[in-house]
Amino acid sequence: MDLIVNGQRRSLDADPQMPLLWALRDLLGLTGTKCGCGIAQCGACTVHVDGLGVRACQIRLSDVTGEVTTIEGLGTPDAPHPVQSAWIGEQVAQCGYCQSGQIMQAAALLSLNDDPTDEEIDRAMSGNLCRCATYPRIRAAIRTAALRMGGV
Amino acid sequence: MSRAGLSRAGRIARRGFLIGSVAVAGGVAFGAWRYTRPLPDPFAGTDAGALNPYVLIDADGVTLVAPRADKGQGARWLQAALIAEELDIDPATARIIPGPVSATYYNRALIADFMPFAPTDTGWLAETARGAADIPARLLGWQMTGGSSSTADGFDKLRQAGAVARETLKQAAATRHGLSRADLDTADGAVILPDGTRIPYPDLAVDAARLEPVTDIVLRDRSQWRWLGQPMQRADVVAKSTGTQVYGIDLVLPDMLHATVRMAPWGGTVARLDPVAAEGMQGVLRVLPITGGVAVLARDTWSAMQAAAALGVTFTPPDTAGDQDAIWAALEATHDAGAIDTRRRDDGDVDAAIAPGDFAAEYRVPFLAHAPLEPMNATVLVTGDACTIWAGTQVPDFAVARAAALTGLPESAIRMENQMIGGSFGRRLEIDFIAQAVEIAMAVPGRPVKLTWSREEDFAHDQPRPAQIARVRGHVTADGVQALDLTVASPSVIASWFGRVSSAPPGGDVSITTGAWDQPFAIPHFRVTGLRAPETVPVSSWRSVGASSNGFFFGTALDEMFAQAGIDPLEGLLRLCDHAPSRAVLEGVRDLSGWTGRDAGQGRGRGVAFCLSFGVPCAQVVEVQDTPQGIRLTQAFAVADVGIVLDPVNADAQLSGGMLFGLGHAMNCELTYRGHAPDQTNFHAYEGMRMHQTPAVQVRLLENGPLRGLGEPGVPPAAAALGNAIFAATGQRLRQMPFARTVRFA
Repeated sequence: MDLIVNGQRRSLDADPQMPLLWALRDLLGLTGTKCGCGIAQCGACTVHVDGLGVRACQIRLSDVTGEVTTIEGLGTPDAPHPVQSAWIGEQVAQCGYCQSGQIMQAAALLSLNDDPTDEEIDRAMSGNLCRCATYPRIRAAIRTAALRMGGV
Repeated sequence: MSRAGLSRAGRIARRGFLIGSVAVAGGVAFGAWRYTRPLPDPFAGTDAGALNPYVLIDADGVTLVAPRADKGQGARWLQAALIAEELDIDPATARIIPGPVSATYYNRALIADFMPFAPTDTGWLAETARGAADIPARLLGWQMTGGSSSTADGFDKLRQAGAVARETLKQAAATRHGLSRADLDTADGAVILPDGTRIPYPDLAVDAARLEPVTDIVLRDRSQWRWLGQPMQRADVVAKSTGTQVYGIDLVLPDMLHATVRMAPWGGTVARLDPVAAEGMQGVLRVLPITGGVAVLARDTWSAMQAAAALGVTFTPPDTAGDQDAIWAALEATHDAGAIDTRRRDDGDVDAAIAPGDFAAEYRVPFLAHAPLEPMNATVLVTGDACTIWAGTQVPDFAVARAAALTGLPESAIRMENQMIGGSFGRRLEIDFIAQAVEIAMAVPGRPVKLTWSREEDFAHDQPRPAQIARVRGHVTADGVQALDLTVASPSVIASWFGRVSSAPPGGDVSITTGAWDQPFAIPHFRVTGLRAPETVPVSSWRSVGASSNGFFFGTALDEMFAQAGIDPLEGLLRLCDHAPSRAVLEGVRDLSGWTGRDAGQGRGRGVAFCLSFGVPCAQVVEVQDTPQGIRLTQAFAVADVGIVLDPVNADAQLSGGMLFGLGHAMNCELTYRGHAPDQTNFHAYEGMRMHQTPAVQVRLLENGPLRGLGEPGVPPAAAALGNAIFAATGQRLRQMPFARTVRFA
């Protein structure tokens, strides 16, 4: 089975029923995508498929028809995506475990809506659980990223 | 050069640290030691062939050792910054490692908080007892993270280690160039000669190892600090924003197998196991009985979890003591029996001061799960004569001891590699998942096994914050609260936890009433009593421990009495409070929130609450609005005093996060048990705080009290402040958490 992940074609020998999350983590070594609940209730596994945010724990390999982007493909420590730069600037992370999913969700939001209202941010992000409750800084980082991505 | 360096090491007077240095391969190591005999050398026998707890300098550069675990509060970074400030090196340019398990890293500050003196008590007896806490801490040898203690514990020790290293490196340069140490300076990881020549520390490391360490050092005044107290960028922030931070669960080792477990409900055992179907599933290697349950070994995590869910296993039926109704009944019975476990406060005569018909109320708090977002996991490799554990833990000592007991190997053969932790809230004070991983790895010697729990397993086998019932009586007049009698019934988290990881200590459990008996309120007749209820399910420390519930009981009862007497609650708290730093946080939150009373206009109500926990006074104001969609949290304010704000960006995050953690659980969370297993199996039934319910937050930190940590003190006032705000907005008094049982939140 072939997948396109972060712009590269990857071949997998895997059960087509396996959720994308575990193929990314255990078979492709892309551990930036996290498992938090396994039932799409926490958002830690959010990745992009053809630019849309999806919960990787719920999508089977056989159902992945588009290009997959993970946190590693969004940006890197040397060349971060504007959303990641905003996250770094606001020092959002505490334990940090949910933040890959938060960032992927926020990037998906901003790709569809480059100037979201507070309510639109809340609605888009309420499925992403942060047990450390870094939400005020997530809000601030999304606004900063929106300004940078839309404005400059 | 050898251990002679240690025996000759000087003594730093104020707290009796011994600062030593030793040679290591190609360099030198510095650290703090105590008492007349050195503690065990944590690096002895390792490949490094070298020692020292806090600073290692060799040809590769400068390594800072941060022994307290980092569960997300930035503790690892702050420990490094404390060393680096005196060492004169940008902490961002140093390597930071967690350090191996060693009794040398014992945690003095945490043990001090177990002593039965209120944290405001700076009298001779209390100070003496806190000083004496060095001794049991050392004997126990805990390299433990908890109790918001990492900062207080490391503040002097780590800076002194940095200063001794700096001065010794200067002496090495002075000796080499025939100069006086007093003429030299340091900056950015180098000694600076009078002619401006820079000598990087690694170039002096071998020479420094031959010298007796320079211990006549004076720690710098904070006015000279370059990093501490300033906004700093945590070392882990870039990695945690780019998916490159490696947590324990992300570890990949050659030939690694994956495992998961399915355990019997608390108190139960496996009655029947049919492994055949599961063993036939794709990717599954083996089904393995382990203590109290079953493990599945597979090629990947998903295959292990699929097989565990499909396992033919039945468990022995647990008794009915593990049903929620029976649990509440046991707490009520504990009140009715009234057998005192502790009574740390008994001022005046409450029985004479409280008349029939005076204020009386009963409050309830539920079991709460820790549920850090990183599922429990541990990776273990067992070979013939050694065992290596890779796991995030707050108690590496206990994990090593358990692994030694399970494998039959000596503790010296167990290597513990502590990992970055994706949240804890107290969960990683437990070693159950590590013990399971050791058992599983023993079945496949020579191959590393990564055990990962499902979230369902985590909810089923969390050792929660206990459910508790408090009964309060009081007498209030227009002048204020005259009498308060608070009695809390709870199982003992200390006895429960010690019983699992070590052995239970004798005596009462003061944590049952922490956050109540120790409050800085001059109530003329004031009694606080802890009653120990039977343990129905195992319970443990949950972020802020006893104060997490006592902050609610105490803060709600006071608000009820103020309302009864027509007293403004913030004014009422100020009138009672007799501790200057605590008064300042109350005044601070009054100013920050622009407090004008319970009625904030426009249909909004405000509540205030205060709790002194872990030595940190914290006051919070929450504002709510009663909308057609339900109660909406509009604003929240928190002010706390940590003595010295060493890391301002991170301190704000801890205070805000602690308050929101408290609010989210007060609104939405409980575990209810049936047959020793909770009804709540995943986050759909345990929402906590989410973005759309998060109010606008403002926090402020003050610096009037002693230096303390801030991981926990933001939690305790939150529930009471919210409940009091809902009362202000709606007239409805909430005496049981979670509040969503009673009111609807928008």
